[in-house]
Amino acid sequence: MKSSDQKPNQGDSRRDFLKKSSVITAIALTPGVAVKAAESNADERFAELFEKIPLKLTVNNKAYQTTVEPRVTLLDYLREELHLTGTKKGCDHGQCGACTVHVDGQRINSCLSLAVMNEGKKITTIEGLADGNTLHPMQASFVKHDGFQCGYCTPGQIMSAVACVREGHANSRDEISEYMSGNICRCGAYPNIVDAIIEVKEGGQTI
Amino acid sequence: MEKRMLKDDNDRVDGILKVTGQAKYFAEYELPGLTYGVLVTSTITKGRITALNTKDAEKAPGVIAVISHLNKPSATAYEQEGGPQMKIFYTDRIFYNGQPIAIVVANTFERATYAASLVKATYAKEEFNTDFEKALKDPKAKKLQGQADYKRGEENAYKNAEVKLEERYFLPIETHNPMELHGIIADWRPNNQLTVYAKTQGVKATQGTIANVFKIPMENIQVNSEFVGGGFGMALRTWPLEIATVMASKHIGKPVKVVITRMKMFTMVGNRPAAIQTIGLGANKDGKLTGITHRAYGETSTYENFTEGVVNMAKFMYQCDNVNTSYAIVPVDLGVPIWMRGPGEATGAFALESAIDEMAHALGMDPLDFRIKNDPETDQQKNKPFSSKNIKEAYKIGAEKIGWNNRKNEPGSLVEGPWQTGYGVSVGVFNANRGKASVKGTLKADGSLLLQSATSDIGPGTGTGMTLIANRLMKIPVNKITFELGDSSLPPAPSQGGSATLSTVGSAVNDVCVALKSAIAELAANSNMDATANFVDVLKKNNLPQIEITKESQGGKEKDNYSMYSFSIHFVQVKVHSLTGVVKVSKIVSVGDSGTIVSPKTARSQMLGGAVGGIGMALTEESIIDHRYGRYINNNFADYHVPVNADVPEIDVNFINKPDPYINPMGAKGMGEIALIGFSAAVANAVFNATGKRIRTLPITPDKILA
Repeated sequence: MKSSDQKPNQGDSRRDFLKKSSVITAIALTPGVAVKAAESNADERFAELFEKIPLKLTVNNKAYQTTVEPRVTLLDYLREELHLTGTKKGCDHGQCGACTVHVDGQRINSCLSLAVMNEGKKITTIEGLADGNTLHPMQASFVKHDGFQCGYCTPGQIMSAVACVREGHANSRDEISEYMSGNICRCGAYPNIVDAIIEVKEGGQTI
Repeated sequence: MEKRMLKDDNDRVDGILKVTGQAKYFAEYELPGLTYGVLVTSTITKGRITALNTKDAEKAPGVIAVISHLNKPSATAYEQEGGPQMKIFYTDRIFYNGQPIAIVVANTFERATYAASLVKATYAKEEFNTDFEKALKDPKAKKLQGQADYKRGEENAYKNAEVKLEERYFLPIETHNPMELHGIIADWRPNNQLTVYAKTQGVKATQGTIANVFKIPMENIQVNSEFVGGGFGMALRTWPLEIATVMASKHIGKPVKVVITRMKMFTMVGNRPAAIQTIGLGANKDGKLTGITHRAYGETSTYENFTEGVVNMAKFMYQCDNVNTSYAIVPVDLGVPIWMRGPGEATGAFALESAIDEMAHALGMDPLDFRIKNDPETDQQKNKPFSSKNIKEAYKIGAEKIGWNNRKNEPGSLVEGPWQTGYGVSVGVFNANRGKASVKGTLKADGSLLLQSATSDIGPGTGTGMTLIANRLMKIPVNKITFELGDSSLPPAPSQGGSATLSTVGSAVNDVCVALKSAIAELAANSNMDATANFVDVLKKNNLPQIEITKESQGGKEKDNYSMYSFSIHFVQVKVHSLTGVVKVSKIVSVGDSGTIVSPKTARSQMLGGAVGGIGMALTEESIIDHRYGRYINNNFADYHVPVNADVPEIDVNFINKPDPYINPMGAKGMGEIALIGFSAAVANAVFNATGKRIRTLPITPDKILA
């Protein structure tokens, strides 16, 4: 069965709801009109009207005003909507740290945050860390110490590393290892990651 | 931001892209009209699908199509007899729990995910078995020969030795779990033109597999895979989920993206199979080995056989006139395994290198002395000299750096409060290969060199190594050299596996550089220029914007004359907590004996990665199945423990760094596998030295220490 051969959709539960719902009349659409719209594949309009929620947030100093389904995670919003794919999906369960971003200066797993929970918040991703063509000291230090191999966990490691130093949790190798253990690196670059963080910490720059 | 910002020639050429988030992995390409596919999987382990209700899913918002065996999308090879048993969407048979049975395509990821939950299957269930040990014990269960039996001298000679041991070793299923989730974007366009963005260790292999299934010409298929977020072997084949995605794109006429979940990484893209091994060792009282017997059983699936080199190492690693090996595979109702870093050799080395340590203990010898005493001068299996082997030097360097003289031969001697300290050593070895590859080199009048080959980089730093080879030969600065890979339209190269990329593709880079140099010299001579003239001047004088040469390169007869291996020695110090049974690896010294080190920074990182993977193999990694249901129960990172930062001590990496005179022009041998092979035995041996407890079942978890 090809999609073009499909009969118009009928009777799914959402549209049953729409038929009966007083919400429809409240926005001056008759049930008949609503169902007709659904049948002509207007899922997007329905989503806009009934499912999406307005959202304002700032990502890498750029303001966004949009609407988003409440079930969309911040991670998927960044990757699929804003095409900021530097933030990675490694597990989608908050177990690997590949999706680490800063929200109002704090590191979080963006897969465990819904986009709509970030109303009015200021988000920084790996793409927002460098100053134009000048690498952030942590990025430069990761390159110098080869703090990665495949590079997939790297944006999360770097975002976490910057936060680790800012939090004051980078005072010894052991402390860094402990506070960086939420970021898994399967290639096993851990000793180099610690070296990179130590250099930035000891450099004493404000980061 | 480009690589010209790199401060050091040895930095990774794609380092800037990786630290700024600009490196694009397969799922990150924007295609107009992109749709999202989510796979529905079987909830039973064996049987047939009797009904599949896709109606609710089809009616869900945003859904474009639901594809399954009911509507069999066109895949020419699957319509024919023969071929694989598990033809996705061309069979109603279920071979394992979690097998893909349908794909739901919608216009957003969330809608596809929700709609996939609405697909309902009913099944006719059949009896199944996912328990490898149970299958092994069952006389009715199939056991298939995995490798020809090997015998040198007398069979089972260990049984008549002055000192003998026979022990059994168990390795559970491990799962590769690269950080990047598997998947693919497939974009099937009119006239059977297909572009895919894949996560693959071999763009040519992916191209070939897809061409074979859909029976379209290779040149109709463009495979892109510039950045790969780790593979460790799992991306060495094109999996059914990838075929399903191509089918879906062909069916709906739009690009489809599939990114599987971490849970599905356990069931859809292979595992390191479980293995049960018996090692018999015999030695005389002076500590010379007189018999080695290595018998292994490995797990495989019921629908496809999988074998690996579990018993290879026993045949040549130690001087011994009587050696015999056997290897059989045992089918169970699980997904087919795939090579995982260090493949079968890592499995075999755990058993053999543990047994060697046990024998040294039985003889009252230092295990290092025992190894050195039985180190072979030539390869007794192939009856050839080694092309290069510096094991004894490696032992010496490692022993000094770890402080081997602090080790007591009597286990349990070093105690400080609740912590017991122990030292362990082991050897890793893997074939040093050189295959066939082509590289195109373009030397330009702007002073730059472009090198292109359809090879891959799953993390080791392929482009960095190739750039350094060209840099040294051509005296062109690193920032003027570009190496392109991960594109099936480039000159062919094999998949990245078996530690062969640097040797194989590097040789082709070498050859193309040599050819470019002589072409420039010839041009110089023809235009009355000095033979040493700079290529930029030569090209300009001849009014040439560039010259291009493509070279195919492969090894010659050296393989017939020499036995070629890479070696590694792993020294570890562990601390074992006597009350909790916790094992901490507190110090690691690794020594690589793999010929010339071409790219020192990335080579060191490879060794670090092997040690970290080895810690996981030794102490934490085990994919656990509830055999009542045939399902994995720890299929996520909270329950399947890979090492984290706090599990890893400082690692002292050393290289012998002496060229192998025969293998290839660089004298360089592979490192990806040896970095891991044998490591788990070093930990087990150190745990024994610390506690007197010999753990023969991985992983070495606290319950086993305390038992």
